[in-house]
Amino acid sequence: MATARTVKKAPAKKAPAKKAVARPAAPPRARAKPLDAKIPKGPITDKWDNYKADMKLINPNNKRKFKVIVVGSGLAGASAAASLAELGYDVDVFTFHDSPRRAHSIAAQGGINAAKNYRGDGDSVHRLFYDTIKGGDFRAREANVYRLAQTSVNIIDQMVAQGVPFAREYGGLLDTRSFGGSQLQRTFYARGQTGQQLLLGAYQQLARQIGLGTVKLWNRSELVDVVTIDGRCAGIVTRDLVTGAVQSHAAHATVLATGGYGNVFFLSTNAMQCNVTAGWRAHRKGAFFANPCYTQIHPTCIPQSDDTQSKLTLMSESLRNDGRVWVPLKAGDERPAAQIPEAERDYYLERMYPSFGNLAPRDIASRAAKRAVDSGRGVGPLKNGVNLDFAAAIARLGKDVVKERYGNLFDMYQRITGEDPYATPMRMYPASHYTMGGLWVDYELMTTIPGLYAAGEVNFSDHGANRLGASALMQGLADGYFVLPQTIGNYLAPMLNKPIPGVEHPEFRAAEEEAAQRFQGYLNIGGTRSPDWFHRELGKIIWNDCGMARDKAGLQRALSELPALYDEFKTDLRVTGDGASVNQTLEKAGRVDDFFQLGMLMCRDALERRESCGGHFRTEYQDAEGEAQRDDANFAHVAAWEFTGDPMKSTRHKEELEFETIHLAKRSYK
Amino acid sequence: MSHLENLVLKIWRQNGPGDAGRFQSYRIDRISDEASFLEMLDVLNEKLIGEGLEAITFDHDCREGICGTCSLMIDGRAHGPQKGTATCQLHMRMFKSGDTIVVEPWRATAFPIIKDLMVDRSAFDRIIESGGFITASTGGAPEANLTPVPKPVADAAMDAAECIGCGACVAACPNGAANLFAAAKVSHLNLLPQGQAERWSRVQAMVESMDDYFGSCTNHGECEAACPKEISIDFIALMHSDYLKAKIKDRKLISQQ
Ligand SMILES: Cc1cc2nc3c(=O)[nH]c(=O)nc-3n(C[C@H](O)[C@H](O)[C@H](O)COP(=O)(O)OP(=O)(O)OC[C@H]3O[C@@H](n4cnc5c(N)ncnc54)[C@H](O)[C@@H]3O)c2cc1C
Ligand code: FES
Repeated sequence: MATARTVKKAPAKKAPAKKAVARPAAPPRARAKPLDAKIPKGPITDKWDNYKADMKLINPNNKRKFKVIVVGSGLAGASAAASLAELGYDVDVFTFHDSPRRAHSIAAQGGINAAKNYRGDGDSVHRLFYDTIKGGDFRAREANVYRLAQTSVNIIDQMVAQGVPFAREYGGLLDTRSFGGSQLQRTFYARGQTGQQLLLGAYQQLARQIGLGTVKLWNRSELVDVVTIDGRCAGIVTRDLVTGAVQSHAAHATVLATGGYGNVFFLSTNAMQCNVTAGWRAHRKGAFFANPCYTQIHPTCIPQSDDTQSKLTLMSESLRNDGRVWVPLKAGDERPAAQIPEAERDYYLERMYPSFGNLAPRDIASRAAKRAVDSGRGVGPLKNGVNLDFAAAIARLGKDVVKERYGNLFDMYQRITGEDPYATPMRMYPASHYTMGGLWVDYELMTTIPGLYAAGEVNFSDHGANRLGASALMQGLADGYFVLPQTIGNYLAPMLNKPIPGVEHPEFRAAEEEAAQRFQGYLNIGGTRSPDWFHRELGKIIWNDCGMARDKAGLQRALSELPALYDEFKTDLRVTGDGASVNQTLEKAGRVDDFFQLGMLMCRDALERRESCGGHFRTEYQDAEGEAQRDDANFAHVAAWEFTGDPMKSTRHKEELEFETIHLAKRSYK
Repeated sequence: MSHLENLVLKIWRQNGPGDAGRFQSYRIDRISDEASFLEMLDVLNEKLIGEGLEAITFDHDCREGICGTCSLMIDGRAHGPQKGTATCQLHMRMFKSGDTIVVEPWRATAFPIIKDLMVDRSAFDRIIESGGFITASTGGAPEANLTPVPKPVADAAMDAAECIGCGACVAACPNGAANLFAAAKVSHLNLLPQGQAERWSRVQAMVESMDDYFGSCTNHGECEAACPKEISIDFIALMHSDYLKAKIKDRKLISQQ
């Protein structure tokens, strides 16, 4: 356990501030030992209970002596911050949004899983656990996933108590539906806006604490660095997006709940502002980054229509409950969908995966769509999509039922494409959607920097190489409501009444100085290309060579192109405006900088993982039917990368995955 | 795919809260009709940066009509000409070649301009902080199916809960009132069985904090017309009636003391 040191003592032992500014590129070694996931003892069913029975406690009156910083106000951040404040901790919340309610979680459409077994269809904690491990292609840590399945049932209780208006049956009980990768109906939903309703629930709970004065909110405030002192996280440095002011914040513990990095592809279903900065800055200060190459490409998004396109819109996976996916049997068939007879259609998911059909997991459905389009059978003006057809559902259920289930998604589709999905099939193509990779965390959700935690999509913990639909919301809320508020006390308890370094500590000053210089640096380059231009070019490289299908040659090409483009970024960037008022171009420059570095690490990780698993598909490693071929003998581990000053030279560490409960098997959805 | 040509954009530029602000005209020579309105602004911003000029500041994030971050008065209408559609979901096919389009920020006393088209809507958060929640601390929740919620009730609560908090209702209101926003939030929670314990204190607190920041409602109904989620002004009636009942209950309590 790191001991806190007083501010006064620190300068005597530390190098003078000036030297700290010119810090060496490499961060202090966080941990020399092999990665210890701190998995509790006992059978899998008892691990979480055993942990809670053994963890250190802090008396309620003492909790307010601890300052905890939570960065991010999405499902993970808002739920963690509200719960920590309820317990009595002194909490500061940071978000770059204008209001906590705008976090990207708001955009989740389809639903949230929970092993409630309300349908009596054979669901259980064990099944949800098994489905999640299998869905992740046996690349997740058993103990974490089991705990996730256990807490899933509490999430629904908690959210209902808070007033989340989940869909109900006529008798007033909760309704559920199916999602990909499962043969059960365990997905709870609120029309097509489940994320919105869950986030509003968590946000309202957070707002209550803000109103009570137990949480201080810093909105329009972006984390630009993480500060470590004596090997533990001492706090963060932020940039006020309205005034440009750079400021330090010290705390006993810091939680990053800053979402995923899917926007590294430029075009993705993520909100425009989603970025990797918080996670990446922590990585640069010693937090290991795990499995960056595990990214999820979602099969049902509206295809790109032109080159001004700024983002891609997801059409919820729930649509695959009633929509049927098909392409014409013959390549180059130009007829409108309605004129293609049944016999000349290829319902390829139903054909290839009869038992899961249209609800095959995302990675499998995405690759199948890619193969269909690559074979010249794509539909739409640019031949870049597959059909998602509701004609059969409308005939079977009637238009009203279909409208009740998916009305808002149909409306959204129509607004974007100008086409009526009740009359003609939707056109779909895969797009970057979610990132399973992220900051390495142990069972307590602590990163390799003591005192720095990661919750929600920013960590790597629960989804292995592929996330099942409706499981991200579950994980964000499990982390924020039920895991972190417990585990953080275990770290804080021994620090009671010991002073921690304050913001006047030279390390904070140095980090502030460095951040201020970095942003001034972007303004000073005076080149010719905007941050968006670089982001788009970066995205093309990543999409082409580290997207749905990867191979050695492509990854090597990307690894030679990326550093060159990054050099160009550093010498030819143009940011107009100044640094002392809102400047969205400048904000973007900082985020693109971090995306470049992450992009290199992603490609290295993909190159090193010489197997196919889940969303990571190396074309060299596939079976005769084109399915992913894992290599359990050599790759049943988590790759956790340590920053050494240059993402092209990071060090790869391993956490071996031990499967005590589940047998490693070939993942089959046939 | 077709294109629009020769658009003129008259955009409000204001270099911060202290600046007086002014309209500035920009030309868009050619843009795909598949582009969204915000993508059109992206194209313009890229052009401005190319010319060494500062990009236009505007709020946006999800671009799916759900986060409520985007705003913009377009030709005098909150979120522009398409009914039930947030600015980010508005596409250029709603306009035609040669159009002059006027783009302004939300204008309301409670939403001060930060820069160009970006305003500060945090007064909405203050309303929620005053009472827009159900007190249910983590850990103590009962089994979810213990309290059945009749489907029509859950549906009505959901109709209210769809509010995205964008502020179009306030921007469209001649009085700058936030009644539709507050009513949607109050109704969402006051309709549900789980929200009953705090029903009366909630409505009082929220209405009173709303009155601290926003103008008063005189039943123009502009809010409903501007709402990208088409939230019904019937909820305002519900809020008023709950508020009145709450006040009467308060009186009774006082008289009993
Ligand atoms: C279109 C779409 C639909 C989806 N649908 C589903 C679904 O149906 N079911 C499901 O389970 N999952 C779904 N997902 C995935 C799920 O929504 C996300 O994984 C999840 O919401 C992430 O939550 P989070 O709390 O980790 O992060 P987010 O909600 O992304 O929140 C991140 C927060 O961090 C803040 N932040 C980030 N960086 C910084 C910084 N540097 N400084 C300050 N603040 C920062 C942001 O302001 C924000 O408040 C969907 C995702 C998308 C894109
Ligand atoms: S940008 Fe999210 S609603 Fe428009």
